[in-house]
This record gives sequence, structure tokens and C-alpha cells, in this order.
Amino acid sequence: MGPFEYFEPSTIEEAVLLLNKYGNEAKVLAGGTALVNMMKKGVIKPGYIVNIGCIPDLDYIRIDGDKDAIIKALTTIRRIEQSQQLQPKYGMICEAVGQLASVSVRNVATIGGGLCNAAPGQVIAPTLIALSAKVKLVSVAGERIVRLENFFIGSGATVLKTSELLIDIQIPTPPAHSGGAYVKYSRGGEDYPIVGVAALITLDSGNKACTGAKVVLDAVAPTPMIAHKSEEILEGEELDDKLIEKAAQVASDESSPIDDVRCSAEYKRKMVRVIARDAIKRAAERAKSAV
Amino acid sequence: MEQPLKLKVNGQFYEVFEKPWRTLADVLRDNLGLTGLKESCDTGNCGACTVLLDGKPVKSCMVLAPQAKGKEIITIEGLADQDRLHPLQEAFIEHFAFQCGYCTSGMILAAKALLDENPDSSEDEIREGLSGNLCRCTGYVKIVEAVMAAKEKMKQMKVAKNNSS
Repeated sequence: MGPFEYFEPSTIEEAVLLLNKYGNEAKVLAGGTALVNMMKKGVIKPGYIVNIGCIPDLDYIRIDGDKDAIIKALTTIRRIEQSQQLQPKYGMICEAVGQLASVSVRNVATIGGGLCNAAPGQVIAPTLIALSAKVKLVSVAGERIVRLENFFIGSGATVLKTSELLIDIQIPTPPAHSGGAYVKYSRGGEDYPIVGVAALITLDSGNKACTGAKVVLDAVAPTPMIAHKSEEILEGEELDDKLIEKAAQVASDESSPIDDVRCSAEYKRKMVRVIARDAIKRAAERAKSAV
Repeated sequence: MEQPLKLKVNGQFYEVFEKPWRTLADVLRDNLGLTGLKESCDTGNCGACTVLLDGKPVKSCMVLAPQAKGKEIITIEGLADQDRLHPLQEAFIEHFAFQCGYCTSGMILAAKALLDENPDSSEDEIREGLSGNLCRCTGYVKIVEAVMAAKEKMKQMKVAKNNSS
């Protein structure tokens, strides 16, 4: 690793000025679980490291009535996992992020870093996409809000410009009568998912028909993937096992996994059906008991 | 390139001059001589390098040393109270929960953090909590037994301490 010049800006303004000055030669250090590993392996060799970990007020969760929940970029995954503030409205987020790697990684990894690293199968993003989350990006030119499903453009690639910093994630209140679930299927331990599925189901006030469905696939495409056709199967219908099975099959057909060290694309595609079925079913059950 | 770095380790302050790309694991081992933590995979997977930062287990090979500034670092060397071993250390000995010992310091610290946070951890919770620490020797059975035993000892000690105060 190294050599690199190392900076600890104490404000967002200082940080974006440094990123603007050094451009592609600079990398942002948040938790570092992904960055340090990549530097050790020689995958990247930045000349400048900007440690944003010293910037105050970038590490909190704010819930304020019906306004969007805010999770600041430096909030660790572990803190989100254990957050009582996020329960019960956003409990789906706690469940999902708690399945990332292991406790010792989650104690250091941050939500901002995880999203910007944009690894396929990163666990965090599909749930947030299902909840229609947005991210706030700040640069020397100002700030912009991007819907999270539009943030990822490829494996490890996002719309972040070189001088931009992701500073928070904004999540609208889920609709009434909604339930969500994220199911991760992996080899076990800290491994990345073979397949992950986030599902958010909204029912009508009689708890009969599905008025809204979000099905987002993890690890079976270069980016988190919304299974639009699967969602169309569910919306407007009363959910029973047969319909959920059909939607899960459609999600499987929509996915585009690749062969890798974990298993074949064919196996992953088959597991999308199983995991999507489990996630949708669980979400629907939770929607029935939601207020 | 060396920068001054003040670290608080096992209750003591140390000042080192080091390059910012040195990991916490490297600095603890090489600069401070605290070789209880081991560097095994060097990719943040095995947990042999686990130390506690503000009471939380982290993989020190994945943390740049400057990131640990201002935090309380505990290594395995800091666990015993002078000559008195921590209940987890005693339990690992009593239950023969190590063979080569390479994973042991990380395993014990991860278990300590787990039981400090949740003194009533179930066996499943213990297994889940230790999932970031790999052991190639024991098959984990004795490790889990040791942690379960230490859990009971720690609870008893806490009750005794509360009663005497």
C-alpha cells in the first residue's frame, strides 16, 4: 500500500475542495473496509487519500415524523442494524444491513462507503431502492439529489463525479399497510450473496389486494436490479402462493447472473426464483400485520 | 511521509511516527510490540487480527492506523487484570479451545465484545457473533463451549460485584 498523501479535512467544504484539486488521483476514505483491501491488492493506487471520518455531523440517523428519514453517510452499518429509531417503520433496512459480512466489518463499514463502492451483491442498496431512497451528492459546484436506482451504472461504478461526495441517504415513509423483507442466500459466514432479493409489498386497507410491489434483485446483475415484470405480476392482484410463485419465476427470468467462483449462472438464476418467492411472501405477511 | 500518531492502547498512550498507509495491525505489532494479534489473511476475512476499538471488534488489518486516533484500543495483551486472566481466557484454557493459537486472540476479543454487549447471548448468537473469526484447527465446538462457559462466569462475577457494592 502507498505511498499516498493523506488528508483529514474537518468540513465537507474542505473535503470537496481536495477532491476537486486531485481529481481521479484521490480516493475518499470512510470506513475503509473496501478501500484498504483494494489498495492492499494493488487494484487501485491513489496518490491522495481524503479521510472524511473526522468530519462532524456525518454520522447520525434522523427520523422526523412523516418527513424522509435521513441516514448520514458515515453512519456505520452496525449502527443502522441496531437502530431502534429505524424500527418499526424502516425495520427492513436493519434486517438487510445486518446480513452484510460480519460484526467486525459492520462496525467499521459505512453506508456511504458501501453505496459508493457499488459492489454487485453489496446487500445494502436493494432494500433502499425498494424503499425509493435518494442520495444527496455534494461537490464544489453545489449539490444534487439522485434516486438510488439511478445511482449505480455498473459493477463498481456510480454516477458520482470525481469531486463529488455522497453525504446522506433520504428515505420516504413507506406507504401504510406495507411490509418489506431482504433475503440473502450465500455460502455462509461473511460471504457476498449468491442471490439477494429485497421485496416491499403494499396492500389495500382491507389487506386484500396488492397496491404496490417492489422487487429488487442483488448480485445477479452488474447493479441492483429492479424486477419490473415481476412487480407487474403482483400489482393490483390478491396475493396467493400461486401468484407469488409466478412473480418469483418472472424475477428469475429477468435476472442476468454470471458464472463466478461461487456457482454457475444457471444455479443463481434458479435460486432467484426461490429467494424471490421467500422475500415476497415474507414482505406480504408483514404487510398484513402492518398498520 | 511519517506523521505523528497518538494512540491509546490498553489504557496507555503511545506516540509513534509512521507513514499513514500503515495499518493498525502493523503499527500495533511492529511499532508497539503487541504481537498477540496475528496477521493471517491480510484481506479482512479471517479475523485473526481482531482488536477492540471503543469496545467494538474490528479487523485491524483493514484499518489504517490514523483511523484509530482518539479511540480506545484493546488488544489481547490488555485483557488480563495484572495476573488475573479474563474469564474468557480461563475458559479457553479449561475447555482446550485452541490448538495452534493463531485465531485465539481475535476469537477471545470478538467473544468479549459480544458478551459485553449481550451478556445473555444464546449459542446461536455466539456463533453468529464469531462468524468473522475463522479457525482452521478446532472445528469451533470447543470455542463455543468455552464462550458459553465464560458467559456464565461473567454473569456470576457481575452479580457478585453488584452485591458487594
